[in-house]
Amino acid sequence: MDERAAGTRASVEAVFREERGRLLATLVHRFGDLDLAEDVASEAVEAALVHWPVEGVPARPGAWLLTTARRKAVDRLRRDQAYAARLALLAAEAERTGGAVPEEADGGLPDERLRLFFTCAHPALPAADRGALTLRYLAGLTTQEVARAYLVPNATMAQRLVRAKKKIREARIPFRVPEPHELPGRLPGVLQAVYSIFTEGYAASSGPLLQRLDLAEEAVRLGRILHRLLPAEREVTGLLALMLLVHARRDARTGPDGELVLLDAQDRGRWDRDMIAEGEALAVAALTGGPPGPYGVQAAIAALHDEAADAASTDWPQVVALYDVLLALNPSPVVALNRAVAVAMRDGPAAGLALLDELAGEPRLRAYHPWVAARAELLHRLGRDAEAADAYRRALELAGTEPERSHLRRRLAAVAPPER
Amino acid sequence: MKYMLLIYGSTDTQNACTVEDWMAYDKEVQEAGIFVTGHSLADLTTATTVRVDDSGERTVTDGPFAETREVLGGYYVIDVPDLDVALDWAARCPGARDGGTVEVRPVAEF
Repeated sequence: MDERAAGTRASVEAVFREERGRLLATLVHRFGDLDLAEDVASEAVEAALVHWPVEGVPARPGAWLLTTARRKAVDRLRRDQAYAARLALLAAEAERTGGAVPEEADGGLPDERLRLFFTCAHPALPAADRGALTLRYLAGLTTQEVARAYLVPNATMAQRLVRAKKKIREARIPFRVPEPHELPGRLPGVLQAVYSIFTEGYAASSGPLLQRLDLAEEAVRLGRILHRLLPAEREVTGLLALMLLVHARRDARTGPDGELVLLDAQDRGRWDRDMIAEGEALAVAALTGGPPGPYGVQAAIAALHDEAADAASTDWPQVVALYDVLLALNPSPVVALNRAVAVAMRDGPAAGLALLDELAGEPRLRAYHPWVAARAELLHRLGRDAEAADAYRRALELAGTEPERSHLRRRLAAVAPPER
Repeated sequence: MKYMLLIYGSTDTQNACTVEDWMAYDKEVQEAGIFVTGHSLADLTTATTVRVDDSGERTVTDGPFAETREVLGGYYVIDVPDLDVALDWAARCPGARDGGTVEVRPVAEF
């Protein structure tokens, strides 16, 4: 491929990153088959790369791609006897619509992505694969990119996606948006899939980098799409608000050498004020008009941090009160841990430590380095440096990313200077 | 698409569902036009397991294939459009309550 062709290819691919999700969702809806939709969507983009540089970009690029992809799908179905029944359905549909590509108010393809969100996060699929499927089919990442996102070998990720697709196809997991009465049961799974992508980007579970901002940005982008599709669902609004309010701190969260900088030590001048303003407006919307949901409450907590000039002037009583609400909605030891840290800021380290020690029996926290590190920090503030040093050593054994480990090493050196 | 609903009961807890609950559910399945087949199985103490080895020798043993806390008590095969509908019917089944479990398996088509 010569240089000019490569340039065209890159720009066409960039343009269709966004359109690709829609195209794929529309094709999946039409053909009920992820593999087929994926193949013909790729073929249509390939065709665009051949035709557009010569013939010019069509007036409605999305419709051109859909028409091309549909034609390729029909060709393929004709060749495959197993799809005969599906082809008949398709013919009936074409007769109804006259074969025209419907157009949305924004000039794009009809947006069927919501169906795909619910399919990718279906409770019948393994929880660990839902984020991967969402990244692959809604964010439009390649399998290699998804593998990199979850720090697993390409072959492993490819296998997981194939297995998930097989279940979707063979158990016939539908491509549909649940009825309103089903939403309370189904929406949390979709939100969790998107949030799991964000948290993996925000605090990578292992590896050399603390943050993987491209992944966090992908999650924010998915959150925006979801918010556009379900504007009245307050937890969707809350999730987007939460991600924006946390993502606004990205530049201050790591130091010049990639080391971890905790919230209380961050240069708040480097926080993204526009993003905070957007997040706050969404957080208000998420908490208006009904009882709060867990994402709305977490967004409110993030907003309190973002509003404060420094850690000391943070409204800690309000933070604790919000953690109380969150704990009632979502009684998890991790939430209890965060609440204990906020109590330490409000009432002093002894009160916080007492709460942390109450959680010592929680199996989920025993190997959870933030719990061990929080204990170490409070022990240090209480002047119990020998115990603090032990706790930092234990946290070091458990921490996953190099920036976290080097942060813990520095803390350990501060409480227990190496002997000469 | 046909799905088998395998209804497992726990040997530890007593299912509080009454015969009326089961009859009502059965009636719903029949009236919805999705019933393909289904049976309630006799007590586990009546189970017998058969194996035939490579030489054709038959071994007959008393009891179920595997000793577990979960006991297959009955099944339905229903014909519904997709997994979501199958899961809805599984959730309505009295066997899914009180510590019971309903496993939903698509029937393979050849």
